[in-house]
Amino acid sequence: MEIVRSQSKPSGPAAVPTIPLYRSAPELEVRLEDFELFAIDRLRVLKGISDGLSRGKKPDEMEKLVSELWRANMKHSISSEVTNKDIISHFVLRLVYCRTEELRKWFLSIETTLFRYRFQRETSDVQRELMAEFELPYKAVGNVEYEGLKDKLSQVARSIGQSLPSNAVFYKVPFEEVPDLVATRKVYIQKGHAYVAMNQVVSLVVTQFRSHLSKALVLTNRKWTSMIREKESDRLTPIVEALATSYLGPDYSQPKEFTEISLKDIDQVAKSSFPLCMRHLFEKLREDHHLKHGGRMQLGLFLKGVGLTLDDALVFWKSEFSRKVGTERFDKEYAYGIRHNYGKEGKRVDYTPYSCQKIISSTPGVGDHHGCPYRHFSEENLRAALGKMGVSSRALEDVIDKARNRHYQLACTLTFEAVHNSSCDAGVNHPNQYFSDSQSILKSKGNSVA
Amino acid sequence: MPGEEEIGRDDMIIDQLQSDFTPINALPDEFNPNYLKLYYGKLFPHADLFRWMSYGTDGKHTGCDQSFFGRREFSFTLDNDIYLRFQSFNSASDMENAIKEKCPFKIDIGAVYSVDPAKRHAYAQAGDNVFTPVERELVFDIDMTDYDDVRYCCSGADVCLDCWPLMTIAIKVLDTSLRDDFGFNHILWVFSGRRGVHCWVCDAKARRLNNEQRAAVADYFRVYKGNENSHRKVSLMGQALHPFLARSYTNVLKDFFERKLLSSQQLLSEERYEKILDMIPDEGITSDLRGKWQDNRRSSMGKEDINIFRWDQLKHLLQSGKQKAPGLRRCVEEIVFSYAYPRIDMEVSKHMNHLLKAPFCVHPKTGRVCVPIDPDRCEEFDPTTVPTLSKLLGEINMGLRTEGDNEWDATSLGQSVRYFRSSFLQPLLKSCKEEIESSYIAKKAQSRNSLSW
Repeated sequence: MEIVRSQSKPSGPAAVPTIPLYRSAPELEVRLEDFELFAIDRLRVLKGISDGLSRGKKPDEMEKLVSELWRANMKHSISSEVTNKDIISHFVLRLVYCRTEELRKWFLSIETTLFRYRFQRETSDVQRELMAEFELPYKAVGNVEYEGLKDKLSQVARSIGQSLPSNAVFYKVPFEEVPDLVATRKVYIQKGHAYVAMNQVVSLVVTQFRSHLSKALVLTNRKWTSMIREKESDRLTPIVEALATSYLGPDYSQPKEFTEISLKDIDQVAKSSFPLCMRHLFEKLREDHHLKHGGRMQLGLFLKGVGLTLDDALVFWKSEFSRKVGTERFDKEYAYGIRHNYGKEGKRVDYTPYSCQKIISSTPGVGDHHGCPYRHFSEENLRAALGKMGVSSRALEDVIDKARNRHYQLACTLTFEAVHNSSCDAGVNHPNQYFSDSQSILKSKGNSVA
Repeated sequence: MPGEEEIGRDDMIIDQLQSDFTPINALPDEFNPNYLKLYYGKLFPHADLFRWMSYGTDGKHTGCDQSFFGRREFSFTLDNDIYLRFQSFNSASDMENAIKEKCPFKIDIGAVYSVDPAKRHAYAQAGDNVFTPVERELVFDIDMTDYDDVRYCCSGADVCLDCWPLMTIAIKVLDTSLRDDFGFNHILWVFSGRRGVHCWVCDAKARRLNNEQRAAVADYFRVYKGNENSHRKVSLMGQALHPFLARSYTNVLKDFFERKLLSSQQLLSEERYEKILDMIPDEGITSDLRGKWQDNRRSSMGKEDINIFRWDQLKHLLQSGKQKAPGLRRCVEEIVFSYAYPRIDMEVSKHMNHLLKAPFCVHPKTGRVCVPIDPDRCEEFDPTTVPTLSKLLGEINMGLRTEGDNEWDATSLGQSVRYFRSSFLQPLLKSCKEEIESSYIAKKAQSRNSLSW
């Protein structure tokens, strides 16, 4: 395929190195060992990026991280093979990560992030070339039109802390092509056109990359299930399946030992082992005898993960809600939702409890209490809440500091350590993990609530 | 049916309203299936709903997709809270008969799916989700309860003419932006029947937006973030405001805030000004203002509303040009945005499969019809005088006849249906017809070209 060809020795005028777009599977021969090894190397990069994101690293830190990870893992002794390794490893991992919705989501998100940072580091010549390869037919804004819009464009630039360079180039693009720029109001839009600055072009390209990969993953899944898995059952399939299970890519949130908790213990257990986000929801529920939808989902699924049976869950929620809306309304309006969460209604999907990443990125509004307190609470409220949890004033300052610097999960980890008086090396990635770690510590100290 | 408590205002006005309201609220059987049955029999604009939902595909043109209407999901909420999802109909008469027969308390409109919703199970077996939404209007839902922390006249389900301007603001800001910024033309605003408004953007481009793109539009409109747990909920950093926000402030928010909300909500009264002072991150200024305001407790400045007087003092201090601190730069705007800027329900807009109540339904709790609102005249809209089911049926009983065969023409509903047709439906269908024709021509040209080799 053409990309591979152009990567061979730079002969004649300097060949512009480009990032492969993984449009179609390469017709390359690869040794079976490399099949696995290349994939593992790339997986290290992806996992590293995923970790960086959950730790709330800022964009410039991520940029450094990505280039370090890439340099450390994706090199090859033969320089002309570097791009091949890139391409092959990507396609192998597609096989591994195409198989469920959750895997696809994770892979898509991390590969897109990887692409974004690699793209940003390229020169504008290379960027323009890549844009052309994506067949983005967007024209640069002509002078006359530009003069007419200059004021507004300048206003937008200033609103995001930038200024309009004197030789600014803008692209005119349908607004739906750049959703993230529109969402954050980083572009001027008029009559459905978004005016995108050169330095924002990344967004255009990344959106294309993402949408293409998303479709490709679904197709790969179909091909895998319908023919490849069977055909390769002696050769590639075992490798692919081993890669999937030996490596914990996305957050697998189902607790490994399924211990039930009973209703009579729930208040006690909430105080001792719930992470702050769930404690807050729990307390608000006890206080107001109500929670809005976002809160019901976040807390409800957490409780399911913690071992609350459907019957107990119905009793629990009913006992609270009926005090506000009455038992009849509860049965009519809320019971269905709880049963839905347990996979007993509708699509019958057994929904998994939300991970920290999902909770952190939620957007609680008026009357809501879900979300991540380390992110969504004001500092005073956070202090008060931590104080109530019994976090000592010294540890509290550390926690607040982490939260202030947007390291929400680290803040939660420090809280865990302060409350339990022991270290938590793995860090907090999931509220249910916080809970089970807490329970095991308490059990070992002989104070458990089974 | 819980009686609607009237909001506390001037005594005189309460009495007047009470006499307007009493006949409606006093009848416990005001909203009942029989009234509703008559409504669906004589007044509900079935044919117009069908024509709208068909988007021109009910025409004779060869390019028309005959399956289009049948792939739309409707849902019915029946008496006893029985909820029927995935209803679909193959023709106008099918839909009309179903509505008349089932007499739903609420009709919701969902998405157009890849296959007939009633037959979705047949396709689910194929494994990879072939039952999926393919088109759906871009919709917005603005509900007064989302403003409960900034309105004092009512709370919860109540709505009055003091807080309704918040909806007027929302319509003006969003309608302008949807047209000028996003280039949409076919926009329908509808009264939700009790305490809010819905917006339906029906351009073809809007209908084809995916979830991510819808979320982007909703985020573009979002300013207010947070709740009682977080601190400052409106944060307008940056050297300048985005042109959309600046225009909204200058053309709509500022005036409404200063000329209506400040006084009708008594925002700077004794009991309430602390909340605004809380938004100013400068102790010096807040204590200065507090001092001033405790001094002039008794309105000694004659006729001027004390809220307006205090607001002027506040603006003077914050905008005097001596303020360089970044947190203060836009404090005045932030306060205005907090109290007035539209608050949309993000979840409603983000998902293609989200169901939304159909226009011309009757709200079971108020008996009012969900009538369209003309955005160009939204300042005149009064939620307390929207026709109710019993009023309309009374008008029918009076037996006024019109030339047309439309019963609604002789009632207060006539105005709404006529507006719906002339200002929304006709222009929309005209543009749909043009689109069907031109895409048909384009397809033919394409197939001709591809054969030519």
